[in-house]
Amino acid sequence: MSKKITIEPVTRVEGHGKVTIHLDDNNQVAQSRLHIVEFRGFERFVQGRPYWEAPVLVQRLCGICPVSHHLAAAKALDVIVGAGTGDGLTPTGEKMRRLMHYGQMFQSHVLHFFHLASPDLLFGIDGDPALRNVIGIAIKHKELAVQAVMMRKFGQEIIKATAGKKVHGTGAIPGGINKHLTQAEKDHFLNGDDPMNIDKMIDWSLGALEFFKGYHAQNKDLIDNFASFPSSHVSLVRKDGAMDLYHGVLRGVDANGKKILDDVDYQNYLEYIDEEVKSWSYMKFPYLRSIGKKDGWYRVGPLARMNTCDFIPSPLAQKEFEIFKAYTNGKPNGMSMHQHWARLIEILHSAEMMKELLNDPDLMNGELTVKGTKGREGVGLLEAPRGTLFHHYRINDDDQIEMANLIVSTTNNNTPMNTAVNLAAKQFMNGQTEITEGMMNAVEVAIRAYDPCLSCATHALGKMPLEAMILDANGKELDRKLKNG
Amino acid sequence: MDKKILFYGYGNPGRQDDALGIRFIEEMQTWVEENGYKNISFDSNYQLNIEDANTISGYDIVFFIDASMESIESFSITKVEQSNAQVEFTMHAISPGVVLSLCQQIYNKVPQTHLIHIKGFEWELEFDKGLTEKAEKNLQDALRFIQEKLLGIVGNSTNFSI
Repeated sequence: MSKKITIEPVTRVEGHGKVTIHLDDNNQVAQSRLHIVEFRGFERFVQGRPYWEAPVLVQRLCGICPVSHHLAAAKALDVIVGAGTGDGLTPTGEKMRRLMHYGQMFQSHVLHFFHLASPDLLFGIDGDPALRNVIGIAIKHKELAVQAVMMRKFGQEIIKATAGKKVHGTGAIPGGINKHLTQAEKDHFLNGDDPMNIDKMIDWSLGALEFFKGYHAQNKDLIDNFASFPSSHVSLVRKDGAMDLYHGVLRGVDANGKKILDDVDYQNYLEYIDEEVKSWSYMKFPYLRSIGKKDGWYRVGPLARMNTCDFIPSPLAQKEFEIFKAYTNGKPNGMSMHQHWARLIEILHSAEMMKELLNDPDLMNGELTVKGTKGREGVGLLEAPRGTLFHHYRINDDDQIEMANLIVSTTNNNTPMNTAVNLAAKQFMNGQTEITEGMMNAVEVAIRAYDPCLSCATHALGKMPLEAMILDANGKELDRKLKNG
Repeated sequence: MDKKILFYGYGNPGRQDDALGIRFIEEMQTWVEENGYKNISFDSNYQLNIEDANTISGYDIVFFIDASMESIESFSITKVEQSNAQVEFTMHAISPGVVLSLCQQIYNKVPQTHLIHIKGFEWELEFDKGLTEKAEKNLQDALRFIQEKLLGIVGNSTNFSI
């Protein structure tokens, strides 16, 4: 008799997730899926609201990456107010937004690596769950815990200084920004008491990378082979191929490194990307139209960005990028656990970029906003911590939003996360008759590598069925449960 | 009063009664400033996170304030105990107990910490709606209770007790 194992909820994943693992008669894993079991109606909810409210309203999506939504919405509305498609702002407007964005990237990646990923690395996937958490890190590796806390705090303070406040910030507005950085804020971030200054943040970022590389050298099998699979990768890159987390053109590469999207103006993203709905998940499945539903899926996020860009425009991160690329001889890297390596390189890059911006006089002086000829429709993209984030709005004659479409990073990674779950389940559960906590955690580790935020990925509105199925080795349906929304 | 007190509210103010923690902070801060009380600080965020261990390490008494779905009358106040065994269900937030435990592990400090639970009722994305009427009443009840307690200890340095 086939068996179905359900891991519910997925711990340390925002929102509600459920994984089902289907075993055959020989206790071999036949199929595994990550199900999304909650949804939100945000796209329809913003309809009818004045467009200028969007950068603040979208922060209601969730409290995990509100800055990314805030900036993506503002970028879309830049187009509507005639301020260009991401590169038409005043120097002050663009640089303040970039500082906000790098602060968000920095603190988000720090949280993921130190709080969520490092316990699995330091204590083992099957380590004592009572210790395999951030408190365990504080007990056994206090210096890492201190760094995590203070790096998070630094990033949060950058956000507060640029967005105006920690909750529902208002810094980015259509056409620019609403404040300068003060001299006191600049001095604090550049020359604050140890450890709260940007040089210490860069030092610690380098230290975290050394820690990971040392761990990797000792644990190659886990880091290189766990949930590893080839795929396509998509991200924004700067026009010249540099990594750019705030603005650029869409680029995609396949598993061999061949460009499958290149120099694409994201205002036209709908010509290139579509989303498929499947009955067993509230989260959609994006794919590249040119390749099709079956094989057109792609990864986004830190690993994808390493695979799509040609170089990183900050010196220390560029050195680490070269080491990273050399590991796969320049070929695209499909190793899920290398997401952590890529994330750490982006932490370093973000810190370097923050330092460069903090030394830029444009942050404290200059025009804040720009206006042009108003339009009706705009698309805003940026590279959020978890990957490419799409905001698309159209307004009516009364300046109200009449259409909104959001593709969030976690949705872009839907198929990759399912692929990783399936591989992890097969690696750890094949042939097992008893499922241990460590085995279950292995599946969760595969999901966590993508740092998903399910709460803002599930924004479909309406009645969608939730389906649970049991299949045997031949694909024959043994049982089905359908729950209407 | 020479003890340093922190009030820290959290929640998503875009989701109706989930704003209770942050509304508490706004109103309490106004009241404290109007009365000229010293050594009382305020903070707020969407949720608690690891950096809050550093934040609370600088205080003697900490009040976390959160909206509650529990079966309580209006509000309740519980002492926060250190928690180190539970990995939170949500990925990107931690509980008051974990914040306190992190504070102890990293800074070797354990401020006297309480959680004020204020009962809420509605949690949807409702742009033009603030707190529900019942939640607003519960907020005022909690504010009145805490303000009376504070009035009772201003001018001395005894421990705050609930």
